[in-house]
Parts: sequence; structure tokens; C-alpha cells
Amino acid sequence: MLEINELTLSYGEQKVLQNISIELEQGEIGCFLGPSGCGKTTLLRAIAGFKSVQAGNICVNGTVVSDTKKQLPVAQRRIGVVFQDFALFPHMSVLKNVAYGLSKLAKAEALELAQEAISLVGLSEVQDKYPHELSGGQQQRVAIARALAPKPDLLLLDEPFSSLDPDLRERLSSEIRDIIKKQNITALLITHDQTEAFAMADKIGVLHDHECKQWGTAYDLYHEPATEFIADFVGEGVFIPAKIVAYENDADKSIEPSSEKQWWLETQLGRFLLPEEYLANNTFALGDTAKMLVRPDDLRHQDESVLKATVVGRSFRGAHILYTLRLHDGADKLLCLAPSHHDHKIGESFGIHLEVEHVICFTMVN
Amino acid sequence: MIKTAFKGSAFTIYSVSAGLLLGLPIFVIFVSFFSWDSAIWQHLSSTVLPKYITNSLILAFGVGFGATVLGTYLAWLIVNFQFYGRRLVQWLVLLPLAMPAYIIAYTYTGLLDFAGPVQTFIRETLGASAQGYWFPEVRSLSGAIILMSLVLYPYVYILARTAFSEQSQKYREVSELAGVSPTNHFLKVALPLARPAIMTGAALTMMEALADFGTVEYFGVSTFTTGIYRTWFGMGDVNAASQLSGFLCLFVFALIMLEKISRRDSQNYSSRQGKSAKAKPVTGIVAALILFLCCLPVTFGFIIPFAQLASWAISYSDLSSLADYPEYAFNSAMLAGIGAVVIVFMALLFSYAKRLQPSKTVSGFIQFVSLGYALPGTVIAIGVLVPLGWLDIKLNIFTNAWFEMQPGLVFSGTIFALIFAYAIRFMSVALNNTEAGIQRIKPSMDEASIVLGDSPLQRLKRIHIPLLKASLLSASLLVFVDILKELPATLVLRPFNFNTLAVKAFELASDERLIDAALPSITIVLVGILPVILLTKTLDGIEKRHA
Repeated sequence: MLEINELTLSYGEQKVLQNISIELEQGEIGCFLGPSGCGKTTLLRAIAGFKSVQAGNICVNGTVVSDTKKQLPVAQRRIGVVFQDFALFPHMSVLKNVAYGLSKLAKAEALELAQEAISLVGLSEVQDKYPHELSGGQQQRVAIARALAPKPDLLLLDEPFSSLDPDLRERLSSEIRDIIKKQNITALLITHDQTEAFAMADKIGVLHDHECKQWGTAYDLYHEPATEFIADFVGEGVFIPAKIVAYENDADKSIEPSSEKQWWLETQLGRFLLPEEYLANNTFALGDTAKMLVRPDDLRHQDESVLKATVVGRSFRGAHILYTLRLHDGADKLLCLAPSHHDHKIGESFGIHLEVEHVICFTMVN
Repeated sequence: MIKTAFKGSAFTIYSVSAGLLLGLPIFVIFVSFFSWDSAIWQHLSSTVLPKYITNSLILAFGVGFGATVLGTYLAWLIVNFQFYGRRLVQWLVLLPLAMPAYIIAYTYTGLLDFAGPVQTFIRETLGASAQGYWFPEVRSLSGAIILMSLVLYPYVYILARTAFSEQSQKYREVSELAGVSPTNHFLKVALPLARPAIMTGAALTMMEALADFGTVEYFGVSTFTTGIYRTWFGMGDVNAASQLSGFLCLFVFALIMLEKISRRDSQNYSSRQGKSAKAKPVTGIVAALILFLCCLPVTFGFIIPFAQLASWAISYSDLSSLADYPEYAFNSAMLAGIGAVVIVFMALLFSYAKRLQPSKTVSGFIQFVSLGYALPGTVIAIGVLVPLGWLDIKLNIFTNAWFEMQPGLVFSGTIFALIFAYAIRFMSVALNNTEAGIQRIKPSMDEASIVLGDSPLQRLKRIHIPLLKASLLSASLLVFVDILKELPATLVLRPFNFNTLAVKAFELASDERLIDAALPSITIVLVGILPVILLTKTLDGIEKRHA
């Protein structure tokens, strides 16, 4: 439905994004996630047709809408946009706002489509009010109704919840996801807020350093981040130092010899088998130092463990407590998400045990 | 370069061609230097030219100084002290804006000349003979300086008031902690910080002083503007008039430079940290003194002349002069109405062109046409007359040759020439409003309209014009009143036997029929109060935002 192929965007000499390639199926919701200034707004503007493309192309519904040679006019792309500040026309009622993009249709038809869109977002009662008479959440929904009324092929949402208060954000994001899903519209949003991305999107891309480093589900991003930046940016976690060891260079001879090639990550929290893809990619050599990702939910509270850590910080999160721990003086900090009935004060120690399902590690860069 | 300049919309093409058209007169004036007649210049420089230069400079600097003193002290008192009657005073001090200089000039002449009420009163009470006492002559250069300072000080006041009220309360606290007296704080901190804003205001008043024609002509003071007028009407030498205009423009350009530099500095000096200075409540004798000081300039700059005009208009005006009044009033209103619509519409298109294509070309032309406010009306009139006169001659030759008819002065002898001149002089007034208004419309509005399928023209109609309604209205009002008050360009360019309120007031006054001049004059002043009300609201808004 939406296909972006090796897209490069720049302003003059200033490169904004390069080599962006993604694909969205009909009815899927995609999301670009990135810190401010990473170029996500530029990308959205390029898809909408406000910005020219320096390399690669953008296809909507199988037609190329933007490449280096041509740029289909914005109005002919059949794209709806929900702007960050909603951009509702203050001098028009809700109904007029929603009907704005339907002016080429016959009056009766336009009215019907507009009312359909308004009832879709549940605002039929306020259709004669003006934007300033509505709450932030209602304005947001008018903006969505206006974007949906002309029945676009693709809906773009620019930081759709950033101007709303956090309470409203969560409720509205699931509501809006339902509306989009019900209409089976393909949508793409951009945001800097990962909870928003996780709540709304089927596929998420993280933009960093001018590139889209990973395009996958929220689960993929969290548990199998492709880069160190994504590991750090998405969710919480720490990196612990590790050394690559094998039977051949095992100093205390505790590794069993094996018929397969097996390398291990030797850390202060134990020894973990290096997954095969790292071996296949020749990421490490024996004896290299690496850093391994430890998510707070990987580190378990286990009283019988011989490995004890001292609490240096804690933050209560209802069902869980997020502990900041230290193994011994001078060691790196660790994060541990423990059920909240394990209540420890700062300065106390408890046993921990690291259980990782997906071992993620990166080369040490100084 | 040319290629990129013309890339894009019809609106860019409009702004380039309209900009060139509005720049034509000034171009014509400078081209006139190429046809130099040294005999005329020898005559001029040995007779009147030194007088023009010295008088114009003394007038400009004198008015600049007078207006700066009045405007600055008023702004300082009103911003810093909370006294009884402050709200009323805030409005009153702006009223002289409604009083054109040429009207206050002949009103005071009527009041203060030998047969006027003041001297008559002196003679009666002192029992002095006609020559037995000394009384200052109003109709003089110093008289012109004083009277013009009295009506032009609001230019300085407005800018100084904004500058003072933007100064942080912290500054005053720092001075208080350091034991610096309020007077020293004013001299060492407040005044230097507001200096660029005050200089901007002073430059504007000096431009107005250089542009003035009515006052100096009536007072018989020879300046550049009267010289240009006489060279054109008296000697019929349009070329020398153009060259004199060119010289005057050089002084004006120097002032524009001063203004632009001051405005830039004023941005560097603006310090928006924390709350603005709060007015200090004062009571008793101090409050009374401040109130008195604040009312002084407006009393002489508006209340006294207005009262005099009103009493003349009501009690003395003879009915025969009333007979023509509806005609002048209609002419004025029609001219100002057409001018306001045309100019505001042009300004809207300029601003919209910049919105669509914020290129250097478009912004450059907008800045260029904005400079017209600094050009004296007399100069613009000469600059308009020359090309339009030429065009009319060619047109008549052409139609005569092909259709054996002569349509006459289609361009130079109709209100077309007037509207053209007004467009040059008042485009910046309209642009100020349309630019500020269009900047307040968020860019996402345009994008929303594009995404939903509007063409640029539809967007202008459906989004921008409705959202700009208030800006367009206030721009129209300001241009309307400015045209109503405008004298020199109207005097030179008006069609034969076409009189407006301003022209008639000036002519009657010049014929020493001061009392008959009162009715058209007071009409102009009363209409002129409308933008003052508008301005008060705007200034209040600014102050509230900073509070």
C-alpha cells in the first residue's frame, strides 16, 4: 500500500535522511519513532508531497507519487493529514471544517460524507460548534474526521497526541486506533513518544543518524533491537560489559568442550551463550570485549541467588518497583523490575538472577 | 536567478510587476538627473537652493528634537506612574495624530495673529497700542517647528512607550538595590535602553517634517517641498522639479537608514525577561503635577485648536460655503474609499505572494514598496505626473492616428494618478497590517488546505481572507484616513476642478478665509480620530501581553 524505496531527503547540502525503505500493507498502521530533530517530520512532509525527494521513491497504492524526477501534487495523492496542531480552520464550524476537502462534490453528497465522518469519530452533537468551543480531545477528533472525510488511501498523523495531556493521550490513542482499524485505512504516524508508538502502531521504524535502523513490531524493537541506539532509546535497560570466551581461551577451564563452535559472553552476572547470528556475522573475535543489553525485566529478584546487589535507587510503579542496583562499589548500575511486594530500602541488598531470552550484545566502541 | 525568480505562481509575477510599477516614479525622478540644465541650477543655487536646504534641515531637526522631548517624557510618565486619570491620558495623548499639521498651522494663526482673540485680549487688558508690545510671529520657521512637534510627538511616544513598558521590572530593582535614584535610573538605564526605539520615532517625525507641504507653504517658509511645487507650478519646469525632488530624496534616504539601523538596534536592546516594570501609584501633589504635564502637549496639540475649529465651524461659517461641502466630502470619501480598497487589496496580494513563495525576490519587492511612506507627497506627485503625462501624450497620438479621436488625459488627469500616488505613499500602512495578520495564521492552515485539494486562489478566498478580516478592516481604515488627510499629492495630481476636504481647507486658509476652512478641517480631524481609537486598542493589547 505504502512503499518507500531507498529514500534520501536533504535540504540543500544538509542531509536529513538516507536509504529509508519500508513497506506498509493495506490496513496496517506504521509509525516512525525518533528523537526531535531526527527528520521524521521531513519524512512525513515528503510522503504528503510538501517536500521534494533527493533519491529513491515513494509509492502509494502501486503508483509512484514522488521520485527524483516527478512529484505528484499534494492534492492528487489521496492522502489525509492530521496536523500536530490540528490546523482546524477557526472561522468554520466542525461540519464546515470536515466538509472542506469535499468542495468538488455535489453539496448533498459532501454533506453526507462529512456527517458520516463526524459520526465516525462520535462528534455528531457538536457539528455546529466552532473549534474554540471544543476540548482538545474533540478538536483532535475533528482533525481526524476532516482527514478521513475525502476517503484517502493513506492517513498521515504528525505527532497526533503531543498537544493533549497525558491522561487523554492513552484513551484517545486506542480510540483512534479503533477508528482507523475499523475503516481499514493504511496509516502512518510519527512521534517521539514510544508509548504512543506502541499503543497505535503495527510496525515501527526508529529513525536515528539519518537512517531507519529497524522496521518491525514493538516486540522486535524491545527484545531484538538492531542497534545500540535502538536498545537504548526503546524501553529501559543497561549495558553490562562482557568478554567473548570459548573453550580454547577459558582461563579457569569451566567451559565444557563441545563439538559445535560455541562462544560465550562472560559477564559479572554469569555466562551466556553467544547467539549464532553473531558467529555467522563474525561480529566478534575471541577475547573481544562486548556490551550486553540487560532489560529490567530480565533481571529477576531471587532470594536464594548467591549474586547479591545493593539498592542505590528505587522508583515505585504500582505493581512493580524499578530498582537501581549495584553489585559492588564502583560497578556499573543495573536495573531490576521486581514485583512490588519485594520491598527493599536503599542500602539493603538482595539476590538477583539474570535470565535472558534473547541475548543482545554490541561491540565496545570507545 | 531570473529563472528562479519567476518560477512559481502568478502571485510572484504580480509582486514583481506591481513592485516595479510602484517604483517607477522614483526611478523617473532619478533619471531626471541625466538631463541636467546648468543654467537653471545656477539660478536656483544662487537664489533659493541654500534657503531650501537650510530651512528643510532646521525644520526636520527642530521637529525631531521637539517631538522626541515631548514623546519621551510622556511615555516615561505614563509607563512608570499610576495616577488619577491615567487611562484617559493614555488615549488623549494620541489625539494629535488626528490633527494634520496644515490644519493646526492655520488654526493657531487665526488664534494668535494680530486680529486674533489672544492679541485682542492682550491689547484690551493692557490697553497697549498696536505696536506697543512684542508678540511672537506664528508664521515663521520656529512656529512651524513648534506646531509640527505638537502634532507629531505621538510617533515617538508610541515607540518609546512600548520600549519602556517592555523593560523588565528587574532593572529597576537592580537600581534600587544599588541605591540609584529614579532620575539616575532613567538617565543611565531606561533611556539608553529605549534609545533605539526613540530614534526610530524621531526619524519618522523628521520624515514627516521633510514631507510637509501645507504648513510651510502657508507660513511662507521656503523648503524643498514648496520649492518643488513652485518650480513645477510657477516655473513650469518639470525637470528641475524632478531634480529638486531627487535632492530631497537623498535626505529622506539618510533618514530611512537611520530608522532601519535604529529598528535593528532596538531588537537587540529588547530584553524580555520576567515581568515588565509596574507603574508606581502616586497621589496628591505629585499625581496632579504628572497629570498636568501629561495633558500639556495634547492641550496645545489638539484640544485648543479643536475647540477653535469647532467654534468657527459652528458659529461663523456662512451658509454659502456650506453649499459645496457635500461635494468635497463626497469626493474625499470616494477617493479615500477607492484608494483604501485598491491599496489594501494590493497589499494583501503582496503578503500572500510572500506566503506562497517566501523568496528573496518577493520579500525584496515588499521591502522596496514599503519605503514609499518616507517619500514626500510632492515628490511622489512629480514622479507620477511625468510618466503618466508621457503615456497620455502617446496614447492621444496613437488614438488620433488610428481612430481620429483624442481621449484626453486618461491617466494623468484623472483619479487614476491620485490612486497611483496614494498606493506608493500608503502601501506600507496597509502592508504592516496584512503582513502581521498573515503571520498570525499558522502554516499548518495552508498545508491542511493544500492536502484537502485547494488551489492557491481558493485558499486565499476560503482561508486567508476570512481569517484576515480584522487586519484588512483596520488596514482599510488607516489607509482611508491617511488619504483623507493627504494634501500635497492631491493638490498636484487632482483632476481639474476636483476638490477634496483637504484641498479645500488648504485653499480657503491660504485665501485667509480661515473661518470657512473650519468645516472641512474639522471633518478631517473627526474622521482622523477613528484610527486613534484603533491604535489605543492595539497599544493596550501590547501592554497587556507584557504585563
